[in-house]
Amino acid sequence: MNSAKSKLSGTSTGYKVFTIVILVLLAIFFIFPLYWIITGSFKDAATINAPNPQWFPLNPTLENYAKLFKQPAFQWLLNIIIICVGALVLTCLTASLAGYALAKKRFYGRGILFTIIICAMALPKQVIVIPLLQEMSMIGLHDTLLAVILPTVGWPFGVFLMKQFAETIPTEILEAARVDGAGELRTFFSVVFPMIKPGIGALAIFTFVNTWNDYFMQLIMLNSREMWTLPEGIARLQGEMSSDFGLIMAGATLAAVPIVAVFIAFQKYFTQGISMGAVKG
Amino acid sequence: MAQNPAPAVAGGKVKKQKRSQFSGMSKALVRRETISAYMFLLPSLIFFVGFVVIPMIMCLVYSFLDMGLDVGSAKFIGLSNYVEMFNDPVFRKGLLNTVIIVVVAVPSVTAFSLWVSSAIYQMKAVTRSFFRCVFYLPVVTGTVAVTVVWKWMFNTYNGLINQVFGSTHNWLGDPSTALACIIMILFTTSIGQPIVLYVAALGNVDQSLVEAAQVDGATKLQVFWKIKWPQIMPTTLYILVITTINSFQCFALIQLLTRGGPNHATDTIMYYIFDMAYNVHRFGYANAMGVILAIIIAIFSAIQFKVAKTDNG
Repeated sequence: MNSAKSKLSGTSTGYKVFTIVILVLLAIFFIFPLYWIITGSFKDAATINAPNPQWFPLNPTLENYAKLFKQPAFQWLLNIIIICVGALVLTCLTASLAGYALAKKRFYGRGILFTIIICAMALPKQVIVIPLLQEMSMIGLHDTLLAVILPTVGWPFGVFLMKQFAETIPTEILEAARVDGAGELRTFFSVVFPMIKPGIGALAIFTFVNTWNDYFMQLIMLNSREMWTLPEGIARLQGEMSSDFGLIMAGATLAAVPIVAVFIAFQKYFTQGISMGAVKG
Repeated sequence: MAQNPAPAVAGGKVKKQKRSQFSGMSKALVRRETISAYMFLLPSLIFFVGFVVIPMIMCLVYSFLDMGLDVGSAKFIGLSNYVEMFNDPVFRKGLLNTVIIVVVAVPSVTAFSLWVSSAIYQMKAVTRSFFRCVFYLPVVTGTVAVTVVWKWMFNTYNGLINQVFGSTHNWLGDPSTALACIIMILFTTSIGQPIVLYVAALGNVDQSLVEAAQVDGATKLQVFWKIKWPQIMPTTLYILVITTINSFQCFALIQLLTRGGPNHATDTIMYYIFDMAYNVHRFGYANAMGVILAIIIAIFSAIQFKVAKTDNG
């Protein structure tokens, strides 16, 4: 049976070895930028400007970090964390409420509402950032962290994702809760919420990373130096002193390492969240 | 495992009846359900309307105005912004570059991620997770961090690439290589999500069909095209659409690496919109370009849906 199977599947050992070799080479290529960021942040200016590359920092130095923290880098880190956590909490709360209603309630306007959400998701997010800038100036929120948080919460992807998860809740359980006399909110928090927890976890991680990476929005909305986020700060520093790569790599390390650590720790939820979002794309 | 078809039928995949969603509900119940549904939707709708729908409408309205920083002195100028756009050589160059990026990046990202996923989805769980992680790494490292390290590696004087190859080429400053470098970096930051999606989709392919085909003597290639490919079609479509949208919006790479230069060789529509709004303060013109970009993306998505539908028979 076993030999018949491998014969039928028609994969030669040569091809398998070839595939593995290519995959490993690609893996090195994909890991390398992160490696170069981290090692680069520990190299002194002489090493960085030397004509030959130093594959590993032989005389590691902290001078880049010292320079980085002469900038309000800690404030930038704090800003991006506030933005990401704020967006995450608000998105998970509003999206799980709305996704549950869209999946499990029968009401007027349900079809059209869902269509609007799908259409909005297909639009380029960045295009509305320019009018958003004007809207935020009008309501006096420009150059505040809220100007980045609020539009992130409004983006309908979370609602779509939570609807997908909420659809798996058996209607009988909701009926049973109703028969037992539980009100709407009670049903949501003690029955629905625990059942869609994996979905909320996925949405939380997804929102966090996407918000962290939404450089365009941060660049447009946050102007004064102490309001910048860490990615924005690195980008703007790079514009101001484009040749000081050691300093820039120190900033990039500070921005990349925490989120890579979070990703590796929660990898399972992460991949789950990404694949759930596309079930009925 | 697939001997008993009963669970598959009972597993909730029963087709929804085409009757009204309200069948079997009294009028009072429908009203009560509608009210409670909108209470659940309200918080989300406030954000959605306030920060997605309203800016969309503003974008459209402002595209007919000649407007600078001072909103009060804006003038209605009809379609002038749109007319100007199509006579603007920088816009046309930006459109061309954007289309080049999309036409190169979207098929290569899709094909490459499908190849990687097919190679890794049957591996041991640990190996599979490892590769999936690795290819997702540029996404979580962050756009800005990845871009600045590539900028250093491409640097003429102390960049790794010139040092390794012993060359003195100005990769990002030469119009003939700048766009290619940008597409390459875009590629590395774009394939993470498609690979995760494809690995999940390939894992869900009905194994009984695959085995049946193999017993009937189908080759590996036939199994792929006749059985797996149709089943992962929805995933492919989703990947095409999201990759297209992302590639059309290519901005951070341009702004950080070349600022549209040299001589507009790497201008994209998104970068030109930013430049017009943020540096030149011509908000009416920037919004008009935004409207056109949205329309172009909508057309591309619609075509992809159409093609995928007919492909599926």
